[in-house]
Amino acid sequence: MPPLVTPEFGLIFWQLVIFGIVLLLLRKFAWKPILSALNEREDSIENALRMASQAKLEMQALQAGNEKLLAEARLERDRILKEATDVSNKLIEQAKNKATEEGGRMINQAREAIQNEKNAALAEVKNTAAQLSIDIAERILRRELVDTASQKELVNSYLKEVKLN
Amino acid sequence: MKRLLIALFCILSLPVFANEPTATTAEATDSEAFSPGEMILHHIGDSHEWHWFSTDRDDHYTTYLPIIAYRSGKGLSVFSSRNLAEGKEYDGLKLEHEHLEAEDGSKVYDFSITKNVASLMLSALLLVVVFTTVARGYAKRGTGAPKGIQSFFEPIIVFVRDEVAKKSIGPKYKRYMPYLLTVFFFIWFNNLLGLLPGGANLTGNIAVTLTLALLTLLITLFSSNKNYWHHIFATPGVPKALLPIMIPVELIGILVKPFSLMVRLFANITAGHIVILSFVSLIFIFRNVGVAPVTLAFGLFINMLELLVAILQAYIFTLLTAMYIGGAVEEHHDADYQMGGGEGADNAHANHAH
Repeated sequence: MPPLVTPEFGLIFWQLVIFGIVLLLLRKFAWKPILSALNEREDSIENALRMASQAKLEMQALQAGNEKLLAEARLERDRILKEATDVSNKLIEQAKNKATEEGGRMINQAREAIQNEKNAALAEVKNTAAQLSIDIAERILRRELVDTASQKELVNSYLKEVKLN
Repeated sequence: MKRLLIALFCILSLPVFANEPTATTAEATDSEAFSPGEMILHHIGDSHEWHWFSTDRDDHYTTYLPIIAYRSGKGLSVFSSRNLAEGKEYDGLKLEHEHLEAEDGSKVYDFSITKNVASLMLSALLLVVVFTTVARGYAKRGTGAPKGIQSFFEPIIVFVRDEVAKKSIGPKYKRYMPYLLTVFFFIWFNNLLGLLPGGANLTGNIAVTLTLALLTLLITLFSSNKNYWHHIFATPGVPKALLPIMIPVELIGILVKPFSLMVRLFANITAGHIVILSFVSLIFIFRNVGVAPVTLAFGLFINMLELLVAILQAYIFTLLTAMYIGGAVEEHHDADYQMGGGEGADNAHANHAH
């Protein structure tokens, strides 16, 4: 065999020994730490990306929550406003009603008072008329004794007096 | 790069040749006739010394490496390869075309630190230093962004993990990551080191690729599950009468896979070196400075291509290893079509649906 393609025993031996040593040394001191560091870094990058997307989602959720809260607040405000308007309207209505009632009551009272006064006045008039009649009758009775004609005249004059009063 | 430097050196030395008297040139040609085949084979082969370069005056700049030989009678002998330089004998040993032989013809086990072994040790050191530095970066920065050398290698490591291991092996990929990463960077680093000036052709050496392919085969066999063997000894959809033919074919297939790994890496890297060396040889063959620009241009082009091939072959070796492992650990469905999913997996699912 030509020497070029004849493997030398010594070189095979050294190649086995030295390559074996290099393989063991590199495995322990190079490949293991390098590969585990690469894995670690890839994991940490993946984690960071995942956390970032999670944070984004959380932000979106937060924003959506804020908007919901805002909408709720708006609704609440509207509701409160409406309630307040209702209450005020009711109050005004009540006040109106009460005022009307009071007015009516007062008018009635006044009417009653007037009636009472009128009745009293009428009673007084009646009394006075009765008194006057009695007085007139007394005077007539006194005067009758004197003259009939003059009696009549007197009665008329009294009556005139009464009318004048 | 090595060749480029040689080419440059040659260009610089050419005028010297030109100025010499004709007689001397003729003598020189006679005494050391240039044989490109020999030069190329010498450069891509292994050597017991690390030869950097030589000058015209026959000064060799060489690092002598230790020879370690074992003989059953004499035991271990260790000495410098300087003692064996230029065909000398020492301790009953001599080098015959870079092959260590005993004087008395007895069997010699050559454990020498050859140029390739030295380069292998250097690359091992480099790999350990580089990747422990990268690992320290992770220890220091934790899950922070990578920096410096760490940021250069991280995408490659992640590529091997995601595109090679995960896709070819599936959920059980983690166990095989150390082997796949080591094989990938080992081949890539050594391919690049081989392109350096004076570098050794380690990944273009059949012994090295044989060992790597053997490791892949062993890992595949040891991680194989019931399905894997079921598909070999009772291939689904094959009539019983054909099984006597199919079983040997499948068994050969087990060996052909690592064999193809071995040959592919060896041939690709060696071929690249041969092409560059051939372009350099053109200068010596034509003995003409006019060839140098052509050699330089083509050499540069091939060298750039080799830089691409260096990482491509590392990727292919790793990918195929992952696919073979994937085929061995796959569960039930889509195992019979193609390890590693893809079209095969789709087909399998489609067939299940029918």
